[in-house]
Amino acid sequence: MTTTSPTTTAPDLAPAPLPTAPGKGRGRFKMGAGQQLRGGPFTYVALVVVGLGSIFPLYWTLVAASHDQQRVLDTPPPLLPGGRLWSNLQAAWDQAHLGKAIVNSVIVAGCITVATLFFCTLAGYAFAKMRFRGRGVLMTAVIATLTIPPQLSVVPLFMMMSDIGWGGKLESVIFPTLVGAFGVFFMRQYLIEALPYELIEAAKVDGASNFRIVWSVVLPVARPAMMVLGMLTFVQAWNDFFWPFLALNQENPTIQVALGQLSASYTPDQSIVMAGALISTLPLLLVFVIFGKQIVGGIMAGAVKG
Amino acid sequence: MATTTPARGAYTPPPGGTGAASNGRGTWRSRLWRFDDKASPYAYIAPFFLIFGAFGLYPLLYTGWIALHRVEMTSLDQSQWVGWDNFAKILQDSEFWTAVTNTFVIGVISTVPQLLVALGLAHLLNYKLRASTFWRTVILTPYATSVATAALVFALVFRADGGILNWVLHFFGAGNTDWGNGEWTSKIAISVIIIWRWTGYNALIYLAAMQAVPTDLYEAASIDGASRWQQFRKVTIPSLRPTILFTIVISTIGSMQLFGEPLLLQGGTLGSIGGSEHQYETLSIYLFNYGWKLGHLGPAAAVAWAMLVLLLLIALINWIVGRFMRKSAA
Repeated sequence: MTTTSPTTTAPDLAPAPLPTAPGKGRGRFKMGAGQQLRGGPFTYVALVVVGLGSIFPLYWTLVAASHDQQRVLDTPPPLLPGGRLWSNLQAAWDQAHLGKAIVNSVIVAGCITVATLFFCTLAGYAFAKMRFRGRGVLMTAVIATLTIPPQLSVVPLFMMMSDIGWGGKLESVIFPTLVGAFGVFFMRQYLIEALPYELIEAAKVDGASNFRIVWSVVLPVARPAMMVLGMLTFVQAWNDFFWPFLALNQENPTIQVALGQLSASYTPDQSIVMAGALISTLPLLLVFVIFGKQIVGGIMAGAVKG
Repeated sequence: MATTTPARGAYTPPPGGTGAASNGRGTWRSRLWRFDDKASPYAYIAPFFLIFGAFGLYPLLYTGWIALHRVEMTSLDQSQWVGWDNFAKILQDSEFWTAVTNTFVIGVISTVPQLLVALGLAHLLNYKLRASTFWRTVILTPYATSVATAALVFALVFRADGGILNWVLHFFGAGNTDWGNGEWTSKIAISVIIIWRWTGYNALIYLAAMQAVPTDLYEAASIDGASRWQQFRKVTIPSLRPTILFTIVISTIGSMQLFGEPLLLQGGTLGSIGGSEHQYETLSIYLFNYGWKLGHLGPAAAVAWAMLVLLLLIALINWIVGRFMRKSAA
């Protein structure tokens, strides 16, 4: 199994989008691709416009973070980066406990990602390849949980957390998100296609227990999809705002909560706020630049449902 | 699946056989084997249901209980039965209805343009392109940006004095717009943040669905003399209908959750009441304000249940519209 080279994993993901027609999946996918016509100049112009629109706010975060507030709010506004980036970053770092916030975010997003990968792969495998009573109903139940917004349960969740002594602690934002319906669905779709029954049978004939099969047959096969799910989960956990904002406080925030509080102070210095925004976004942008192809593939693979 | 049976059967000894000692061991092993086979799938899916039960379903029901009680942030362990008072309180509050309207309006003016643009964008991305992965990644970068960062940047862009948007618009002869304080302009500003963050993501979902449309449909259409636009309307759109419905559902649920954008558009105390005139106060902001700023968790829980009712209503409308569309299509 090639674990380190992400480019080799991309083709493996191709068959996943068509879960309902296991045999035909690959063929249909190719047919669709064959339909493509060449894009004309208008296509490129439109894409450049949309692309600039997508990038500009991020670029402007950098610009605003590298001037002092007065210059940022001047007319005409600055369009090129200035020279105060470092001092603004330092000010943001000192004002909002960003150092602690970043460490907290790494812990939270890291724990959630590892747990999600493990639990979702197990559940996805069970739903994809194992036979058991109530499988269909339970899978529907998993999907149905996607439609319940977190808003509906935050009030008692807050009370429960303070009751068990997790109020304001990282546990309160980690545990509710340890495993998600999207991940279960995503892994199931992938394993339906990627894991042949013959492999499982062979392991069974060799006398392997079910967990042994998971460990030495399922996990290696699932690895490319796990990588993509891991990145998607990390992005989501890193960016999560609503529940962390309610559950955590100023002394022990994640990076997003710290950012929200930085801007909620009475007279926030805009360029320092932007410096904080930059700090919170850079790690993810880096992930995107390196693994953009895999993330795009993952979203497209998870998208099409039967 | 049938092929597993012989393998498993091989371990099942005949029930009343001779040689009890070795057979007993066989039964034990076989039982263990069967148990492993029967229990494993449940064990694998159990974590999901345990976590969801503890932190999703149980709190959801508990919300209903709190909604009928008086619970204050300052004394979380005390509760007092008040019946339907909390519901009466929020239903008589004009701010609640403002929040309902705002959530609905912002939901519509952010979802409709977003999905239309995403559809067009997916169509463009479906052409054979140079550097296609590059374009896909670029339009997805807003998805990597957190709601906090996006809201804070756009807060600067939409600023009344010194905002970059007003500066751009003055070239077209527009006067200074006070985006955040206007009834409609503030809603538009919030919608722009949402549209910016989610259009690329939805475009990729549509693109994936477009690539799954079989070619023969297009071939048949072009033999019948259908133009490209007609092909898009008569072949692509109908094939994408389930996906479009899916994205509408997801966006509807998403608009019910709008929180970071309105909270941070103007920031400070204005954010937690959704603007000086509550002009962009959403239901989530209203819930947050009642429960976390004012400290009354009972009414906040009642708001949560009101949201659940609204979601069910929307689901019902969605279902009826979907049925109607299918009927008229057939």
